[in-house]
Amino acid sequence: MFVEPIVRIESLRVEFPGTDPGRTPNVAVKGLSLSIAPGEVFGFLGPNGAGKTTTMNVLLGFNNATAGNAFLFGVNVREPIARQRIGYLPEQTCYYKFLTAEELLRFYARIFRIPKADVESRITAVLRLVELEHARGRPIRTYSKGMQQRVGLAQALINNPELLILDEPTSGLDPLGRMKVRQIIQRLKAEGKTVFFSSHELGEVETVCDRVAILHEGQLKVEGRVRDLVTRYHGDLENIFLQLIGYSQPAYEPGTHLSSGRQHAA
Amino acid sequence: MSPAPTCLPAVSTLLEIPARLARWRGWGNTQAIGSIVLLEMRRRKDFYVLFILTALITLVLGAMNFFNEARIVRYLKEICLLLIWISSLVIAITTTARQIPAEREQRTVFPLLAKPVTRTELLLGKFWGCWQVAGLTLLTFYGFFALVSGAREHQWPLAAYGQALVLHWAMLGIVIAMTLLGSVVFAAPSSTNTIAFLVSAGILMLGRHLNHVALQLNEPLQTLVYAAYYLLPHLEWFDIRNRVIHDWGLVPWWAWSSALLYAAVYTAVFLVGAAAWFRRKTVL
Ligand SMILES: Nc1ncnc2c1ncn2[C@@H]1O[C@H](COP(=O)(O)OP(=O)(O)OP(=O)(O)O)[C@@H](O)[C@H]1O
Ligand SMILES: [Mg+2]
Repeated sequence: MFVEPIVRIESLRVEFPGTDPGRTPNVAVKGLSLSIAPGEVFGFLGPNGAGKTTTMNVLLGFNNATAGNAFLFGVNVREPIARQRIGYLPEQTCYYKFLTAEELLRFYARIFRIPKADVESRITAVLRLVELEHARGRPIRTYSKGMQQRVGLAQALINNPELLILDEPTSGLDPLGRMKVRQIIQRLKAEGKTVFFSSHELGEVETVCDRVAILHEGQLKVEGRVRDLVTRYHGDLENIFLQLIGYSQPAYEPGTHLSSGRQHAA
Repeated sequence: MSPAPTCLPAVSTLLEIPARLARWRGWGNTQAIGSIVLLEMRRRKDFYVLFILTALITLVLGAMNFFNEARIVRYLKEICLLLIWISSLVIAITTTARQIPAEREQRTVFPLLAKPVTRTELLLGKFWGCWQVAGLTLLTFYGFFALVSGAREHQWPLAAYGQALVLHWAMLGIVIAMTLLGSVVFAAPSSTNTIAFLVSAGILMLGRHLNHVALQLNEPLQTLVYAAYYLLPHLEWFDIRNRVIHDWGLVPWWAWSSALLYAAVYTAVFLVGAAAWFRRKTVL
């Protein structure tokens, strides 16, 4: 049976205008194709600058594709209609710092047209989920980084979305906080939601994801079920990751002196 | 609502506008975003500036009590109104110019636009919020002006003040829309501030003389200045300070309403321009 994928990316290419004198464009994503089925937890991996955030930005309509197409719920991302059913957590925490968590969520609830009668219970529920109930009346300005990250998660969940796009949801969290985010993701999966998230924490990806994709320099290196990859490459996700991005030996061998700036001849 | 008579389709359409507006989801978003602008003003304690300015105006006007000569009283009123005009212009422009750049710099635009909000609604919301701020500012200023000068002169030409206030507010609408356009075109709020202030002050002071200036110029400058005279929004038409100072009475209502219509057209033109520019941006 054919199931319409929730996220479908077809030969996506994204270029940014170059800043060098020759103005050669900076290609962030090169011919990326992906699809994510309903109910899947999909991990998006890749070293810094691989193009993960750029891909997500195209899905959300912040950046335009230079070539190729992307669809959410079968609708081209150029049309803003699909956003009612999405929750998005940006890479950097970025909320109106003069608002309290409660006010911020009320503002977003208004945008989602959540019925007045449900707003308060919904806000309490998501704040409880991210464990910020005790701080709900404080300006976000006074929050720690991890707390701000959790506000981000709360706002991504306020509309009870079917698809979550999370850009490094665990960055800046302590081990306990990370575990809780993992639990939230697993809980969302149990509720049948689709989660598309990027991460640098390979261990956590290995535990929560159904499928992963590894991106390197804008190109898709591998994509598949975690279990299949582990058998195919004979190693854990970290080994696979390092192999695929072309890393083979330690950069600093014993005897390399960082302080003197001198290196042993190989 | 009772059904409107079918013989008046235009009227019934007009009557439906508020209901349609309330149902349009963009209006809800516009209001929500506007309310954030107001809240920020309050939290940033920007209103202190307003209070200081109001105190200053009250002081200047209060000085009227020491003078018995009508000429001096008029002169003080003139200073006061000038102060009101300059401060309201500065408040409107600086508040507006920082909105979009701040959204971009603090990256709050990303979680917002990931929700069912279009870029146009974001701009409209910012306009609505800033225009409300301008309206509140004017209410405070004119309120104190009316109080203090009324206490001195024992007359309350409220209709004239009301006319002046509404025209002033409509003029600030044009300025705010223009500044918003500037803020999506230029990245830095400082350049938007400078340009918006120069253009508005320039039009206010020179606008009515541009056609005379044009007469004394050679081609092609003459055509250019003439074009500017016909294309630029004539902000100075909204300035009826002299009527208030000299108690010349009311502006004819038809002229007053056409001025409002004129303001609405220019505001719309600038907003459409800003929305078109903002939507074209491929990278936020
Ligand atoms: N606005 C921009 N203008 C120019 N280049 C950009 C822009 N945004 C991203 N890039 C470039 O695109 C490439 C991919 O960046 P992207 O942010 O997508 O990486 P990422 O995979 O999210 O990395 P990280 O793990 O560090 O978050 C990088 O080379 C980056 O320099
Ligand atoms: Mg990133």
